[in-house]
Amino acid sequence: MVEEIGTNEEGELVINMGPQHPATHGVLHLVVTLQGETIKKIEPHLGYIHRSIEKMCESLTYRQFSYVTSRMDYLSSHINNHACAMCVEKGLQVEVPPRAQVIRVMVDELTRIASHELWWGAMAMDLGAFTPFFHAFRERENINDIMEETCGARLTMNYIVPGGVMADIHPNFQKRVKSFIELFRSKIDEYDELVTGNIIFQNRMKGVGWISAEDVVSYGCTGPVARASGVHSDIRKLFPYEIYEKLQFNEILETGGDSFARYMVRMRELRESVHILEQLVDNIPEGEFQAKTKAVLKLPKGEFYQRVETARGELGVYIVSEGATTPYRIKFRSPGFANLSALDHIAAGGKLGDLVASMGTLDLVIPDIDR
Amino acid sequence: MTSEALKSTITALLPEAVFEEGGEWLALQLVPEQWRPLALQLRQHPELGFDFLFCVTCVDWKTHLSMVYHLRSTKLGHHLVVKVKLDRSNPAIETVSDIWRTAEFNEREAYEMFGVKFLHHPDLRLLILPDGWEGRNPMRKDFEDPVNMIKL
Amino acid sequence: MPSFENITNAIHTWLTTHLSAGWAFFIELVLVGVAAIALFAALGLVLVLMERRVAAWMQIRLGPNRVGPKGMLQSLADTIKLIMKEGLTPEGADKFLFNVAPYVVMIAAMLLLAPIGFARNLQIWDLNIGVLYISAISSISVIGILMAGWASNNKYSLMGAMRSGAQIVSYELSAGLSVLAIVVLTGSLRISDIVQSQETGWWIFKGHLPAIIAFVIFIIAVTAETNRAPFDLAEAESELTAGFHTEYSGMKFALFFLAEYINIFIVCAIGATLFFGGWMPFHIGHWDGFNHVMDYIPSSVWFFGKTFGLIFLIMWFRWTFPRLRVDQLLNLEWKYLLPISMVNLVLVTLVAIKQWHF
Repeated sequence: MVEEIGTNEEGELVINMGPQHPATHGVLHLVVTLQGETIKKIEPHLGYIHRSIEKMCESLTYRQFSYVTSRMDYLSSHINNHACAMCVEKGLQVEVPPRAQVIRVMVDELTRIASHELWWGAMAMDLGAFTPFFHAFRERENINDIMEETCGARLTMNYIVPGGVMADIHPNFQKRVKSFIELFRSKIDEYDELVTGNIIFQNRMKGVGWISAEDVVSYGCTGPVARASGVHSDIRKLFPYEIYEKLQFNEILETGGDSFARYMVRMRELRESVHILEQLVDNIPEGEFQAKTKAVLKLPKGEFYQRVETARGELGVYIVSEGATTPYRIKFRSPGFANLSALDHIAAGGKLGDLVASMGTLDLVIPDIDR
Repeated sequence: MTSEALKSTITALLPEAVFEEGGEWLALQLVPEQWRPLALQLRQHPELGFDFLFCVTCVDWKTHLSMVYHLRSTKLGHHLVVKVKLDRSNPAIETVSDIWRTAEFNEREAYEMFGVKFLHHPDLRLLILPDGWEGRNPMRKDFEDPVNMIKL
Repeated sequence: MPSFENITNAIHTWLTTHLSAGWAFFIELVLVGVAAIALFAALGLVLVLMERRVAAWMQIRLGPNRVGPKGMLQSLADTIKLIMKEGLTPEGADKFLFNVAPYVVMIAAMLLLAPIGFARNLQIWDLNIGVLYISAISSISVIGILMAGWASNNKYSLMGAMRSGAQIVSYELSAGLSVLAIVVLTGSLRISDIVQSQETGWWIFKGHLPAIIAFVIFIIAVTAETNRAPFDLAEAESELTAGFHTEYSGMKFALFFLAEYINIFIVCAIGATLFFGGWMPFHIGHWDGFNHVMDYIPSSVWFFGKTFGLIFLIMWFRWTFPRLRVDQLLNLEWKYLLPISMVNLVLVTLVAIKQWHF
């Protein structure tokens, strides 16, 4: 298969980008056909980190399976757990207490900020600027500290469970979130100064990796990738869940459709998420943090689909239940998988450097693609 | 469009359509031959306009396989679930990867995981599994692998 | 006051009085060679450490701080580690070229040390075509890079080498033209003459706008010539993993690494010599009192101070800017820098003929 590939019949150079390559951020394997520096075709080979999560979930109970999903898109693990919990709740028809709902939305938004920060740093690194990575991690560390106090973990939190959240928030939670919001507002401006306004950066991003609105929909791209082409795709707005309906925030839309538009969508989303946190931090209602549920959960026979907006786009959890304690079949519709399928369309025709820029702004997380 | 209106529009296109009640969205049960002509209509019909195929998957029911397509219209906002019943011993269905581009990768995944053959698919190869897994379909219910244990 | 001039003169006198002229010359050659190699090694260690500390400072972290006092011996420890490592030669590589390439790059870098004036009257070889010699020798390193990329039998290496070739050859033009600006002002290619001509003030101040333009172009061009970010396309690690030295390991890799830092030192030293007067202290016209005070600072301090200032500037570039794309890189040179430096050369000529400079 890949091993024999050197130059193909047309004299084009075929290179293996990955599975160990600095720009693929994980074990993504791309077979890139080049003519000089120009990309002719990109062919992804997946599966290097496929753990068969869907199959594993078939033998896990409804309380257990969401822990595995933290490992899918590990940068938005809260949001994955959230989707699973909500899908189970939909089947059980459990009403989640308001306090739990607010806490869930808050940790979701914190996760989104943390994820976008990591993306920002890693993408700048792809383009050859090393320093932003460290600056992004400085602020991300604050979020991790908040998570550590409340959830007991820093990356795969497993905090959101069917019925609510696993434990009440730490007494410091509100205070620390408040100070984070204050700090972060000034830091986003610093990010813009360091990277966004840079002329080299703008030249690298503008007009690179363009995709039209129709193609975005056809390829099933969601999240910032879709919104950068002007397609409404924010699940929080389109099909609101939890308390998003009552919150004031905007769906960020750009019309450029290129890498720079995708970049700008995420940078503006950072501000929007801070805005959401600001509305909630002083308004966490008193009450239970978890609804009363049975010890052993049994979903009624049927099919349940729940979607949420992760940092990367629309995550769908599709549970087929036969009325047992374990799901009969689970499918995770991961945003990264669909976004990756558009990579060939986006980057072909560009230069090798453009591929790195496009890949950076697609924000691929490989375990999310492979599952 | 409400699910009643959807129902009547689809019935006009395909009189023998069988609808399934009880789910969150309107569900439609088909046989493989009906799928591709209907898919074209679903995509192009001005009142339906299902341009977004947001979830493609397969379910192994032990007696048969069933392809499940979740469709949404980004402009009109309505949903439709299409389930296509396939023969378990020789599952084959026409591809829709030219109608919705996202189906190309999802169909490849269903091909390797469940062994569903997508006729006229442009590039039906293993996507996730390594070479040598052709014909072994790990997501089927009867799949056993003593070395790489998947069941917990 | 002991100065390098006194030391070298003392050694020269001692040798010529005790030995025949031939032997004295030979021993001087050996001494110069040893000194050059020692300087080479010392500069490599210092610059690598400096780069890491500068990077750490910009990236809000500590940088090396374990080995030796404040991490001073870190690069020495790294060197020992690299010497101990096995130097792999990949299967299918052109073994001869693969092994020769790092030495070509290193020798090119070492040859460039010759005409640089480190302090008052401390120069290995003050040849009359010093500037021309520098331009000529600095082009040799591209051959080493192309050899390394070609011989590695690796597609990433080959692409890195091709990029590097295109880049160095193009940017040599504007580097040469901006150097020529100072040559026109001075009227000499000899490095010592150029330094001497700045006795009444450095060219960056004396030469009005054209000298400043020439300096900016020079800094951009030499950053590109040394394959440093934002022009590090030859090794662009997010695109080409490590470019032309992907396959190198151990000491052979270290030689590339060292050569890169020595090249930075050399181009910065040349920049300092041409635009900031080399070892010449900061003089203003005929303010003799002020100039005299400035003369008390040793000339080597002036030289290294200026050079390291420029090196810091180049490191600052690396840790703040993203990388250019390959076509943008060539566009920048051929569409902007080259025309500007050609016009600038005309301006400089006008300034020189009309004697507008101070």
